[in-house]
Amino acid sequence: MTTDLWAIGSLVPPGLVLIAAGLLLPALSGSGLWRAALLLVAPLVTLALVWQVPDGAAIAFDYLGYRLVPLKADALARLFATVFAGMAFAGALFALNQRRTLELAAAFIYAGSAIGAVFAGDLITLFVFWELMAIGSTLVIWAGGRGAAGAGLRYAAIHLLGGALLMAGIAGEVASTGDLAFKAMAADSWPRYLILAGFLINAGAPPFSAWLADAYPEASWSGTVFLSAFTTKTAVYVLLRGFPGTELLIYVGLYMVFYGIIYAILENDMRRILAYSIVNQVGFMIAGIGIGSQMALNGAAAHAFVHIIYKALLLMSAGSVLLMTGRRKCTELGGLFRTMPLTSICGIIGALSISSFPLTSGFPAKAMISQGAADAQLAVVWFLLAAASAGVFLHAGIKFPWFVFFQRDSGLRPDEPPWNMRAAMVLFAIASLAFGVAPAWLYALLPYDVAYVPYTPSHVVYQLQLLLFSGLAFFVMLGWLKRTETITLDTDWFYRRLAPWLVAWFAAHVTPHLQRLADRAQGYSNRLLAELYRHHGPEGVLGRHWPTGNMAFWITLMLGLSLLMYYA
Amino acid sequence: MPDQPRESTQITEHWLARPQTIRWLWWSFAALLAGTVIADLFVTHHPKFGIEGTFGFGAWFGFVSCTALIVFSKALGVILKRPENYYDD
Repeated sequence: MTTDLWAIGSLVPPGLVLIAAGLLLPALSGSGLWRAALLLVAPLVTLALVWQVPDGAAIAFDYLGYRLVPLKADALARLFATVFAGMAFAGALFALNQRRTLELAAAFIYAGSAIGAVFAGDLITLFVFWELMAIGSTLVIWAGGRGAAGAGLRYAAIHLLGGALLMAGIAGEVASTGDLAFKAMAADSWPRYLILAGFLINAGAPPFSAWLADAYPEASWSGTVFLSAFTTKTAVYVLLRGFPGTELLIYVGLYMVFYGIIYAILENDMRRILAYSIVNQVGFMIAGIGIGSQMALNGAAAHAFVHIIYKALLLMSAGSVLLMTGRRKCTELGGLFRTMPLTSICGIIGALSISSFPLTSGFPAKAMISQGAADAQLAVVWFLLAAASAGVFLHAGIKFPWFVFFQRDSGLRPDEPPWNMRAAMVLFAIASLAFGVAPAWLYALLPYDVAYVPYTPSHVVYQLQLLLFSGLAFFVMLGWLKRTETITLDTDWFYRRLAPWLVAWFAAHVTPHLQRLADRAQGYSNRLLAELYRHHGPEGVLGRHWPTGNMAFWITLMLGLSLLMYYA
Repeated sequence: MPDQPRESTQITEHWLARPQTIRWLWWSFAALLAGTVIADLFVTHHPKFGIEGTFGFGAWFGFVSCTALIVFSKALGVILKRPENYYDD
């Protein structure tokens, strides 16, 4: 049983192809054509390999007494790996003219690690890829330039914290159960709480949701596209596999849904609006995982799949605007539909998809989560999800395209972005529409059999009412939605403001007292040492070197005395 | 009404930004809103909880939810909004 690794030597873990391509990329940075070829071919090879992995443990071996399963597949893993590989392809196509090789190399290692994590059959493999993702994504953020340095550091700190929690949980789990296999767990012990907490930090759950909107918009115009796809959706995947039906997740998900909407409504930076809306969307998925029925879990998986596509599409249109105008704030943009019609149309298709408009990919996916809530008779959850669905159209569906592409005429007349960026947007726009028009393609990929018909007259009419009247609310209350040049405080205030302030206050008010105490203690100890030195030092009575002659003298004297006493 | 530039009536303005197009868009939007509500007369809903099967539920629930979200955000913004350079100094 030493190694069945060689028996299936023809099988290559798909994620490793992307990681290898990422490592090779810096060597090709000089030659444009080879570089482009590697960027486009590696994800396609990965995609082909994803579909070669058979069900069950494909690679497994014993190492240091542990059973490692670095490659294990089923429908759920294949669904996520497929969309990750597709995302790597479209992202690379979009980023072909990104000159910073570091960003692309890191993005490929990041994407490959995400695929590796998805195929991990044991917790150690999962942890290794989990940390690789943290490193890759941090480098993608840092490639955004000098302005991204602080945000990247904060991002890395939060993810290393998440990694530490995960590792502690894994160690505890192995110690208490002796089982390394990554499978469905009940959140019923401290190690499992820690694993759950590690997963949730990456998902953007409270109280650490702020890392996402802090870091993602600081990456480059292409970096954010990659970032939007992998970290949070890998977290959704591991929650789907590890903690389905954990009730806590319903409440966490609902919090995230509304947090994302409210912060996005208040936001001015176009890509930060979309970052908040990632938290919102992942909230839907996590609520679905918490509901835990096959309908809801299918819904969460389907939603993750289509979300990656339309969120990347939205961020591609925002990235195009950023590249062509150099501006990122709603207050500086507007009216771009005149000279960027294709970018506008693609952005609108992404916006309609995220809002779950009928005939877009969001419609057949997200509806299954609500259906899961209805089936489980969770009335409050159902109504909150319905309100949040309306809110999605409000904060992302209309707000993003309205303020960027329409609104007032900003006077900006940027060109459309280069052909490769247009091609990537068109590709994902078509995908967003295709999965909406033909949901059967999506349903065929899901982990459980689907007995759900999204396009009933009742559902379509209800959804159109919900969304269009949300649109009415948007335009009626447009005055209240007017953008201001502000940011909105979040939990990151505690480590960006309160903690430095506490350190400064400590330095100003407590440190001097401590210093005085330390000085006094040092004074005492100095005096003590001086006394000791006086008695025991080289010159001290007790520490002095006594000449050998002295010794001889005293011995002679004592011998003489004893002799005298003997004869006396 | 969205704050479109009123002076841009010249022929050079993009057709989508002309006042007559915008007026037409508003009327179409109103017709669409009315249409979706009227459509409720012709479809049978299968409510699980009761209230969501009532006439025009999606319409009023969507409008009220969004209004509430905007009002709540606005209130929260009063407390939590800061200038953009808040963290820079």
